[in-house]
Amino acid sequence: MPEHLSALDLVLTGDPALFAIVRLSIAVSFSAVLLAAVLGVPLGAAIALSSFRGRDVAIVVLNAMMGLPPVVIGLVVYLALSHSGPLGAWGLLFTPQAMVIAQTILVTPIIAALARQTIEDLWLEYRDELTALEVGPMRRIATLVWDARFSLITALLAGFGRAAAEVGAVIIVGGNIDGFTRTMTTAIALETSKGDLPLAIGLGLVLIAIVVLVNALAWALRRAAERLAG
Amino acid sequence: MIRFDDVTVAAGSVTLLDRLSLAIEPGPPTVLIGPNGAGKTTLLRLAMGLLAPTAGSVTRTDERRAIVFQRPTMLRRSAAANIRYASAGGDRTRELLALVGLEHAADRPARRLSAGEQQRLALARALARDPTILFLDEPTASLDPGSTKAVEDVIRTVSARGIKIVMSTHDLGEARRLAGEVVLLHRGRLVETGAASKFFDAPRTEEARRFIAGELLV
Repeated sequence: MPEHLSALDLVLTGDPALFAIVRLSIAVSFSAVLLAAVLGVPLGAAIALSSFRGRDVAIVVLNAMMGLPPVVIGLVVYLALSHSGPLGAWGLLFTPQAMVIAQTILVTPIIAALARQTIEDLWLEYRDELTALEVGPMRRIATLVWDARFSLITALLAGFGRAAAEVGAVIIVGGNIDGFTRTMTTAIALETSKGDLPLAIGLGLVLIAIVVLVNALAWALRRAAERLAG
Repeated sequence: MIRFDDVTVAAGSVTLLDRLSLAIEPGPPTVLIGPNGAGKTTLLRLAMGLLAPTAGSVTRTDERRAIVFQRPTMLRRSAAANIRYASAGGDRTRELLALVGLEHAADRPARRLSAGEQQRLALARALARDPTILFLDEPTASLDPGSTKAVEDVIRTVSARGIKIVMSTHDLGEARRLAGEVVLLHRGRLVETGAASKFFDAPRTEEARRFIAGELLV
């Protein structure tokens, strides 16, 4: 049987091993994006609305961090979580939590940088009105984040795409342990090197389908919400 | 209510207001007129407290101020939510929507309203601040006659309720229809001020006479 047909079989028959990997991948990437949003959106908003010495440098550094190599992040998190590292006592190395930490570090700059730009653009538009309405700093941030919510969804999608597609960080801090820390990308890398192409192709198909599905859902949500809120 | 004493506002080498002295008192609407670049918007922003004078002083009594910009920015939420957002306390949303004739649009996204509706919503939102003085920067610029009349009707109603209106316009017809007092500005200087009837019937300065006659002040 051609390899792509057996790959399709694995997907269509709901192969338990394949779907365990899929579930873990989704859980890790979604958790990382959620944490990165909680950290990155307020950080981006704070930089957008504040003026301080070195602000331009902070923006350049933040933008540059969008291109951080995942393997470097994996290495840093590995060193931090290893037995002799500062966070070694947590015992998180080679666990899904370690993978979430690494992906959160990877995704936070992306969400923060895109949020900063989005919120800064909206602030230029809103500044006069919010100043005239005597809106305080915290309410300003809340207002801008809420009103930029549709654009911020795109930032979250960019973060999710980065998290779901990366392999370097999770393979270092997760260890690619079968049934525990094996994700779609690490499994694809492993199975390809072993020559088990049907599983690798099957996982590849599922990965692409998930990314397309998440983007389609976000797009539909954004369109519907825009119709309601303007 | 507001006194400007020898106020100058400069942006770099450009003087936007030049040693202007003026007192705005309670009463019928004060209308600022003058050609583009005369300093009308600068004076309104200064009065609102959005700008600080480069020289001179602005003295305000303890009034509550609100402003409607020439191109108001609608928040990305419903018309009613825009008013609630600005509310100084208590929910007068329904009453204010009725005042500006937008009851039917309460739940519609504010940014989807027409330009005239947005201008009226901006008025309602400013009134939600419960102001004693309301600044309007060319509130009917770029509106059609129907929308202009609707906005002017709201201005009259609000003024009759005792809220001081200070507005700018470059439409002399509008100034005649609404003004109790007229302030003519040109190139950042105060040219002439006085009761509207006297200003239009017997202008004291050559610039005012030419402006009223429809000549271009350059």
